[in-house]
Amino acid sequence: MNPKRKQRLVIVLGALAAVALATGLMMYAMEENINLFYTPSQVVAGEAPLEKRIRVGGLVVVGSLQRGDGLSVTFDITDNAQTMRVRYSGILPDLFREGQGIIANGRLVEQNLVEAEEVLAKHDENYMPPEVKHAIEQAGHPKKTE
Amino acid sequence: MFATIKRLYHQFGSPRYFYDMTGKMLPWLIAGAVLLIIPGIVWGLAFAPPDYLQGNSYRIMYIHVPAASLAMGAYVMMAVAGVVVLVWRMKMAEMVARSIAPIGASFAFLCLITGAIWGKPTWGTWWVWDARLTSMLILLFLYIGVMALNMAIENAQSAARATAVLSIVGAVNIPIIKYSVEWWNTLHQPASISMTSSSMATEMLIPLLLCIFGFYFLFAVLLIMATRCEILQREQRSNWVRQLVENN
Amino acid sequence: MAFDNFAEFLAMGKHGAYVWAAYGISLLVIAANILAPILRQRALRIDIQRKIKREKLES
Repeated sequence: MNPKRKQRLVIVLGALAAVALATGLMMYAMEENINLFYTPSQVVAGEAPLEKRIRVGGLVVVGSLQRGDGLSVTFDITDNAQTMRVRYSGILPDLFREGQGIIANGRLVEQNLVEAEEVLAKHDENYMPPEVKHAIEQAGHPKKTE
Repeated sequence: MFATIKRLYHQFGSPRYFYDMTGKMLPWLIAGAVLLIIPGIVWGLAFAPPDYLQGNSYRIMYIHVPAASLAMGAYVMMAVAGVVVLVWRMKMAEMVARSIAPIGASFAFLCLITGAIWGKPTWGTWWVWDARLTSMLILLFLYIGVMALNMAIENAQSAARATAVLSIVGAVNIPIIKYSVEWWNTLHQPASISMTSSSMATEMLIPLLLCIFGFYFLFAVLLIMATRCEILQREQRSNWVRQLVENN
Repeated sequence: MAFDNFAEFLAMGKHGAYVWAAYGISLLVIAANILAPILRQRALRIDIQRKIKREKLES
């Protein structure tokens, strides 16, 4: 490669590396803000602010769903380490079911209770036909132990 | 190997050779795109089984995933072309980079819009500002920025150099999009397929792979067609273009 | 076939509107991407031909 082109290549790649580094540092500094939600472990550890709008996410604990008056429900969510409670009044998304991942948008009213205004269903990266799912459950899926 | 790359580089660096060669390749690429996309879509829409959780809404994936993959792949290609523009001052790379932007923007837009339509029935919302969705929106804005810059600068060569800088800097966003679902808590689920494994049933996966490869062929077709226009425009004073135009 | 009949295929469970809207928009965007370079190529050729003619007249 002729020296002039080599110099230009070094400048271009150097600039790219500098920008990448700057972006990396910036994202590292803003880590908390980029996360869409807090996990139950973070909430229980007191990392989430009380009485502020936050999002929490986790798996709905099987057997924890309780229906109250009208549309109001409470259920527990877990990240398999800690568990917290969510209270919600409204229509739950189609995908909402026990064992499913959800994200609740609302206020933390107590150390481990969120008053949700919105509940979103999160799904995982597994796609399979219903029969396969059924077969896996018959064989005892690790997530479905009750 | 290196000699072959060098030879191809010099040949495709010539607008005339590029125009002739891609003209011959075009029918094959069109055939590839049609023969992959149509069976992939029909299979995915009508024959693949429904998902145990989402039912039939997951079929949007057969557009959403290829569009997402292509929007990112096209960006990488545009950034690489940008490096060639800045370092080697290659005219053909200028034309290719310029042609990629609107196509990449279209696929980024498709990815976002199909994602929103898929998100409403599955997640319960059209949009959420999580790291994956936001970084993908930034990709669309980067494409639009590149297009705007290209239009704003009259001189094609200066425009190419300016946009090359923007595209190279913006390439930082690509790994962020890809790994956002692993680095942060997002509403978007992690990737289902990687180079080595998949967490998707085979009868759902095969049509998806057909669509992904098909979309890459489609991209090649669109890029070649757009670049050939760019060549005609920029080389219109050369004898070979004049002869070409006069002869039909 | 994952569906028993055509009506069910159109209905896509209860997500027909979403699935077909997504595919419809995609078709439009892709069609526009195919059409744009074809039209541009045609316009460019006409434009270049006109320029050549004008130059011949002038000389």
